[in-house]
Amino acid sequence: MRNSVPLGKLAQLIRSKNAGPFWITFDIVFENEEDFERVVSAKVLTKEWISGTYKIPQDTLIFVEIPAARAIKFSFPRPRIQGDLGETDMYSGQQYAPLLDLQIN
Amino acid sequence: MTIPSISLISPTGALGMGFLDESLERGIGLKPDVIACDAGSTDSGPFYLGSGTPKMSRRAILQDLRRLLLAREKLKVPLIIGSCGTSGIDSAVDWMREIALEIAKEEGLSFKLGRIYAEQNPTLMAEAFKSGKIDPLPGAPEIAEQTILNCSHIVAMMGHEPIVHLLEKQCDVILCGRASDTALFSALPLMRGFIPGPVWHCAKTIECGAICSSITRADGVYAEIDENGFSVEPLALDASCTPLSLASHTLYENADPFLIREPSGTLDTQNATYHALSERKTRVEGSVFRPERYTLKLEGAALAGFQTVAIGGVRDPYILGRIDSWLAEMKVFFKERLQELTGKTLGEEVRLDISQYGRNAVMGGLEPLAHEMPHEIGLLFTITAPEQALANDVARFVTHAASHWPIPEWKGFISGIAFPFSPPEIDRGPSYRFTLNHVLIPETPLSAFRFAEEQAG
Repeated sequence: MRNSVPLGKLAQLIRSKNAGPFWITFDIVFENEEDFERVVSAKVLTKEWISGTYKIPQDTLIFVEIPAARAIKFSFPRPRIQGDLGETDMYSGQQYAPLLDLQIN
Repeated sequence: MTIPSISLISPTGALGMGFLDESLERGIGLKPDVIACDAGSTDSGPFYLGSGTPKMSRRAILQDLRRLLLAREKLKVPLIIGSCGTSGIDSAVDWMREIALEIAKEEGLSFKLGRIYAEQNPTLMAEAFKSGKIDPLPGAPEIAEQTILNCSHIVAMMGHEPIVHLLEKQCDVILCGRASDTALFSALPLMRGFIPGPVWHCAKTIECGAICSSITRADGVYAEIDENGFSVEPLALDASCTPLSLASHTLYENADPFLIREPSGTLDTQNATYHALSERKTRVEGSVFRPERYTLKLEGAALAGFQTVAIGGVRDPYILGRIDSWLAEMKVFFKERLQELTGKTLGEEVRLDISQYGRNAVMGGLEPLAHEMPHEIGLLFTITAPEQALANDVARFVTHAASHWPIPEWKGFISGIAFPFSPPEIDRGPSYRFTLNHVLIPETPLSAFRFAEEQAG
């Protein structure tokens, strides 16, 4: 069995961003098909993991694997409407950090 | 016989972000049938719609619009600008018109200028809500008539039809209020009878300019649409549009990468295929567009209060060791002091947020590493109140008391916060919030919009 690698080292791009003021979306893009398939088949980045990490119910979560873009994408309603009082990240641009340490076999 | 096709340039992702002169020159050389460019978004938050302030400077808009008007003059094709002044409210369209007229005068240009206004009267929208003409989108906040009446501005995001309406009237330059970015690019192709699937997918791909290519700087792309699909290439010669870069672009800022809702229906890119025509150019086929009930997305923003902020840093390891309880203790005092000074209640009329930069200010309660203590923490105090003067008054006793709040490890009066500024309080002005995630069901695709035409130059 090969050594596990953190997702942050395997992906060529990990980002989070508003998708309009009411949704947040995450993109994980890979340089080649092998890395993409490795993460898909590892089944570590799952709806369960996302729901636990971001404290959101699974039924509002959109999760897709997109071979044409060698990408995994997930989106959910923004926990706080963009810009509401107490906002910490207006563009949702820095909400992806926990993904980097996810260990992939 | 050649297959009929139509060509477009998207010179930059957002008017005012800039682009290379040589890229635009190259675009002009490709003889596009239309130039379109978006100038707005809700992306930067509710302030721009709430206050009606443009995000881009007048200087930046003037520079980009001048170059596009001069390009249009050479090509004699329509130039379409969407979501003027960031929010696309009526006064933002007027602001853009005034800039366009100034350029026309300076450069000796002559063109027929059309304007489309997209702002909606809150009273009329409240009536539409009462009569069931406004529907919530998934996850929309619960609203009442008063929510709508409280909005400082409401806009409806137009589809391609209002733009087609002015293209049919031979307008050379069209300044739109709030518009779907894709509508700017799909208007002329749809007017000429091209099939909606490739048209909308092409529009979605190129609306951010060169972001769909291999480069990340602000620049443009050129696209051609025919009966079966479309192709895209960047205007900059050092950039390329690959199957991967175009497919990836459907991810950007979309909750669902395959289904994209427009006023007249839904673009489905699930079965789209991408293949390279050259190192720099890629062709896309197979996208479909399904007509649906006609709806217009509404955007609204309302005043949330006035804010005063203060920034300071903590370096003392004793304070850092008990920072949560230290801040909690002073909050109790702030609440008492506020009541005594103003008769107001903290957490009700007046709100205080204290963020700890260096620890969990970015992710808040979701931060998995909040237990790891850094050697210094930046504190951001944010006070929100119904009036600016009140927010500032509160901030003044908050910063003073906070900076001297005691800890048991030191006997005596301390200065526990390093403030970089004097005064430490900074008035931020009004703060707004987004209030609507809803659609309007209009009588016709044009009925919610108002039009104006004039001769410039």
